[in-house]
Amino acid sequence: MKQEDGTEKGNGEKENNSRFSIIFLGIVAGIYCIVAIMDASVATRALETFFGILRQIIPVMVLVFVLMFLVNLFIKPKAIAKHLGSESGMAGWVIAIIAGIIATGPVYVWYSMLADFREKGMRTALAGVFLYMRSVKLPFIPVIIYYFGGLYTAVLTAYLIVFSVLVGLVCEAAEGDEERPAPIDKPSQ
Amino acid sequence: MDIRASAEKTYRSMLQVIPQVLGILLLVSLLLTVIPPEWYGMAFTGHLVADPVAGAAIGSIAAGNPVTSYVIGGELLNTGISITAVTAFIVAWVTVGVIQLPVEMNILGKRFAIARNLCGFVFAILIAMLTEGTLSLLGGML
Repeated sequence: MKQEDGTEKGNGEKENNSRFSIIFLGIVAGIYCIVAIMDASVATRALETFFGILRQIIPVMVLVFVLMFLVNLFIKPKAIAKHLGSESGMAGWVIAIIAGIIATGPVYVWYSMLADFREKGMRTALAGVFLYMRSVKLPFIPVIIYYFGGLYTAVLTAYLIVFSVLVGLVCEAAEGDEERPAPIDKPSQ
Repeated sequence: MDIRASAEKTYRSMLQVIPQVLGILLLVSLLLTVIPPEWYGMAFTGHLVADPVAGAAIGSIAAGNPVTSYVIGGELLNTGISITAVTAFIVAWVTVGVIQLPVEMNILGKRFAIARNLCGFVFAILIAMLTEGTLSLLGGML
């Protein structure tokens, strides 16, 4: 991001972002230490759960990073701005809804890719739509039908799609002129 | 962008994102261990308004695979908890993430993350009421 004087901006923030990652992980490790002191079996069981979930998530994370690599390599910011930018129109909303439904794995593994897309011109509202539509998961539809019925599933899914647009618009309005976090991928100078 | 630059850019993203994802995963695992699923039912009192709010609040804090929320929701429904409360619970489970909020704020921006999660909470209750109302109009669950 260029400042008025033409220099690159964001290195300080980028360092803060890197520091946040380490501090965040350190705080969580501290919480585990406290829990282990209070009840070692709880910490052990939590770690077993952690490794179980981690095994499931690794393929999704690999998929996300491969997609990020391919997007960086082949897709120009102009293309993202065209299909997911403020000029994308109805097609942009439809793409964000479908992409959110198709995307697999936990929502947080997609944050970095969305940040990357927004840097390239993705409309904020569509990022909000994508994240909200992670609530509709095609592989889990049979499970929700089993527990709650087909009509319930259809009605709920329809409302989730409608409200995803509202969430997107509110997120966009709320963001306003707030400066976005510095890109996490720019090399230090 | 050439292959080398793309790879470097992705690598730097990985270095920053992986510790954050690991932190969230550790917190989620701890929460899943500390709070057994059967505890969720204790928060509901049968109140028409309080139950959906409680459902959305618990769903916001709870974490894990969405299937877990459907299973817990199905069990809650069998014990007599209202469909509105259960719906608020399962919608908030997948649309609100209190545990990952610090990371979301850091990567996507404070206002964006807070607005998205607040919307998720309020809309979970609203969607639950609308779903219940629509189902009543259409003749119940199938």
